[in-house]
Amino acid sequence: MAVQFPGQIDQKQAGLTYQQENKPSFLSRLWQWLSTAYAGMFFFFLYAPIIVLIVFSFNASRFPTNWTGFTFDWYVQLFSNRLIGLALKNTLIVAITSTIISTIIGTMIAVAVERYRFRRKMAVNALLLMPIIIPDIAMAIMLLAFFVLIKIPLGLPSIIIAHVAFTISFVAIIVRARMASIGFTLEEAAGDLYANEWQAFWQVTFPLLLPGIIGGALFAFTLSLDDYVITNFVSGPSSTTLPIRIAGMIRRNITPEINAVSTLMLLVSMIFIPISLRLQRRANMD
Amino acid sequence: MSIEPRTKRELLIKNILLSPALFWLIVFFMIPLIIILVYSFTDRGTYGNIVWTFQIDNYIRFADPLYIGIFWRSFLIAILTTVICFLIGYPLAYWMASQPAHRQNTLMLLMMIPYWTNYIVRTYAWRTILTREGILNQVLIALNLVSVENPPILLFNNQAVIIGLVYVSVVAMVLPCYASLTGLDKSLLEAAQDLYANRVRTFLYVTLPLTMPGIVAGCILVFVPSLGAYVTPDMLGGGKADMIGNLIAQQFGEASDWPFGSAISVVLMFVMLFGTLLYFRGLRSEETQR
Repeated sequence: MAVQFPGQIDQKQAGLTYQQENKPSFLSRLWQWLSTAYAGMFFFFLYAPIIVLIVFSFNASRFPTNWTGFTFDWYVQLFSNRLIGLALKNTLIVAITSTIISTIIGTMIAVAVERYRFRRKMAVNALLLMPIIIPDIAMAIMLLAFFVLIKIPLGLPSIIIAHVAFTISFVAIIVRARMASIGFTLEEAAGDLYANEWQAFWQVTFPLLLPGIIGGALFAFTLSLDDYVITNFVSGPSSTTLPIRIAGMIRRNITPEINAVSTLMLLVSMIFIPISLRLQRRANMD
Repeated sequence: MSIEPRTKRELLIKNILLSPALFWLIVFFMIPLIIILVYSFTDRGTYGNIVWTFQIDNYIRFADPLYIGIFWRSFLIAILTTVICFLIGYPLAYWMASQPAHRQNTLMLLMMIPYWTNYIVRTYAWRTILTREGILNQVLIALNLVSVENPPILLFNNQAVIIGLVYVSVVAMVLPCYASLTGLDKSLLEAAQDLYANRVRTFLYVTLPLTMPGIVAGCILVFVPSLGAYVTPDMLGGGKADMIGNLIAQQFGEASDWPFGSAISVVLMFVMLFGTLLYFRGLRSEETQR
């Protein structure tokens, strides 16, 4: 803990512009103005494409280049599109199943690696790290070759297997970080108070670990929802997911409908992210 | 502190915790990796089948100027993307770190929302902006910067691919830089000021070197996915700016030359693993120096 002396400025509040305790000079005001303008430009760059996408989802024209009037037609068309509905169903089945599996086994391996000392731990760490480093496209063709060789038909099960394979590592890393920050002292204390190992884990460690587990699960879920490259290679004709359906629509230039589906997906993530962050923050505070 | 599993029970618990994930990673990651490694030494049959011989022709084929060209372009695009992301992202991270704490959280959220939007969708948005009749050309024409008859071609070239890659990966540069900037010991900056260093000197000789770990982490997080990019060059390059990823996909698609595709993947993975290893070694040696 830092000791606060009287008159000392709060370091966190002062941030990097620590020297502005005196009356700001013209130069420093100019600097501040410029840097705010720069940040504004950055966020414009980040949001402009998304805004364009949303605006043109309400455009009456088929082409995303000129505005001819306001319409909800593309949304109506979207909701009557059976293929999109099917793709959404597949996406959710894959994302939910793979998230459950990878969260459970990823948390288990994280606890084991963080808690126990054992031979070949380096090898386990390397094995956990590799799926993160290897590019999507390499992972995709690896799994395709594997499924074809051992004759597993390409479909929802193969997609789920692939998604678990590339999300375990992310779950494990996030849970491990949480595990490292809480340490074992509390669990040991519970042991001293005659809780058995099982009780100590579920009543002390697990609740503390929960924000990490939720964080890992959310990350795995979004990775699975977002994945196109790997899914594209290991899916069959009847197991199309939403990103693959969208990519197909882009190839056939069905533009306004893509804009509409993108807008809806954005809406979902805009509702979903703040809720998940709040959940995590609440769990962190407890 | 980790403990040594001593009793039989502890050993059993350890193994139960480890085995499901290890099983999954070995069967569905390690074995596929080995299959690709083996395939890369086989030959392609007339019908795209695998002929089980041992040969290194697939690796020798890289000497073809066509493939060297694609590798070279991929490297250039990935390096340029990384440099641009740093030039855009670091100043922003610096600005964010200087904001009041509550605003920093809001900014973080603002940055994450586009990041959590589907990758395909974000790339597609750029396609509608950059097409010949797209918004950007319309704006340029309205500003009288380019002629109506002959607007510049913005899509389906290297620049379009770089724009797309910068757009999807700039946040991956901002976050680690921001993390190391907020972790910076402010008293060192004050010390530099006390020693009459001006802002520029303080930045160059104190801030920049001390935030190097964040910068390096950001560069790796941008460079690695950019080098292996497949969707962005596919959608924004339109076949005119193919990268290694597209080459691999072609071998497993239309060309159906799995052995050659495997060899390209092996080389790509090797480059990335080697790069990451160098990074970790660099980190470790830096730690021991302190």
